[in-house]
Amino acid sequence: MKEPHSFSRVAQPIRNFAQRFAYVGLVVAAFALMMLAKVDTILVERVRTHMTDAVAPILDVLSQPLDTVNRGVAEVQAMKNLYEENTRLREERTRLMHWKSVAEKLEAENRVLKEQLNVIPEREASFVTARVIADTGGAFSQSVIVNAGARDGVEKGQAAVTADGLVGRVIDVGSRSARVLLLTDINAKIPVLVDPTRTRAIMAGANLAKPRLTWLPPGAVVSVGDSVVTSGHAGVFPPGLRVGQVAAVGEGGLIVQPYVDLTRLEYVRILNFGSGGILQLPQRSIDADVPGKERGRRP
Amino acid sequence: MRPTFWQRLDAFARNLTPVALTLVLVILNVVPTHIPGIARVLPVLPLISIFYWSIHRPHLVPAPAVFLIGLFQDGLTGAPMGLHALIFLAVQGVVLFQHKFFMGKSFFVHWLGFGLVGAGAAALSWALLSAFHVTLFAADAIVFQYIMTVAAFPLFAFIFSRWQQAFLKLD
Repeated sequence: MKEPHSFSRVAQPIRNFAQRFAYVGLVVAAFALMMLAKVDTILVERVRTHMTDAVAPILDVLSQPLDTVNRGVAEVQAMKNLYEENTRLREERTRLMHWKSVAEKLEAENRVLKEQLNVIPEREASFVTARVIADTGGAFSQSVIVNAGARDGVEKGQAAVTADGLVGRVIDVGSRSARVLLLTDINAKIPVLVDPTRTRAIMAGANLAKPRLTWLPPGAVVSVGDSVVTSGHAGVFPPGLRVGQVAAVGEGGLIVQPYVDLTRLEYVRILNFGSGGILQLPQRSIDADVPGKERGRRP
Repeated sequence: MRPTFWQRLDAFARNLTPVALTLVLVILNVVPTHIPGIARVLPVLPLISIFYWSIHRPHLVPAPAVFLIGLFQDGLTGAPMGLHALIFLAVQGVVLFQHKFFMGKSFFVHWLGFGLVGAGAAALSWALLSAFHVTLFAADAIVFQYIMTVAAFPLFAFIFSRWQQAFLKLD
């Protein structure tokens, strides 16, 4: 190779030597890092959080034009079937009005019954709405980065939802960004209940499009079309969040079709139930009980 | 003639561009497209960049830079830290090992080479992921991702060669 610069001519052999020497070292370092990530997740995750936080403003800007284009496309599509959409919505509205009256009646009934039984009221959730600025739903992991972080009140362990249902859980929080682990990720294990039998199960992701139900109690009866909601067991998620529907009962287990289209997430709501994240899990289950009971007794 | 300070600064800035371009591709890779299913099969763009520059300007993508690019990719995509660092280093290692073979060869040989090296990288990432999660990983997404990456190679190789013509001709 021709090297016209004297600077390069001196630097080149040194660089070559360093390169060869460094190469093996770096391969070992990468291996060691993977081992470390397996053992001590906190240290490695902190590095990741800082990295994500640093790039968040760039991603925020880059994701905006694409969002706009997508919204434009969606609007044009909506214009095309305005008429059918209107008819459909009218029908749905009639149906929902009926449901509304039923729900109101049930709510009133429920309130009276709860008062009679002295049930501890559930805590109301506040939420932060955040925009998805990076989608890494690939073969390696299933997560998204949102443009809200610790300064917006997002905490590790909080649930992320859309109007359709559960999206996942916050696993990393930077100051202005956070990473949401989608319920399809291989690390996502969510305690759920399968309605209408209230069968307990764990919904486990596998980096595939649809998660599976595992750890069903023996003799459990679950059929296609049953709805899956979070159970609130283990305190990771608040109970009763809509998750999905049992889509198929196959050889590989029960496959769940999530209600949320995880490939087209634009905005998610991060729910805050006033409780800490997954990290304080052992203390929290005790702490959460005590004040709850006290509050329940209050007149 | 000795280059002036500004000429050297100019050359230095130009020489940084292969790494910078690769970092841009890492970021572009995670920008949400909202196209259903595409994220699962999105090409691993930085891999193309590392392969290309390791052939054409190996000294501009030194191993430490490749390592850091890999870490950056892991950090952003949420993959186990070190996974892509290892994969990218392996790809660079193979290319540099076979550098004499690749030098002066036609584009199609490079594409074919990328097909082989990419397959190795895909197999390696499958093996590493399976080992990391202590489970046999579903390989379909990785295979699709590999096919997409190989399919995306000509476009990006073209862009890089233009870039090389425009900014890195002196080397």
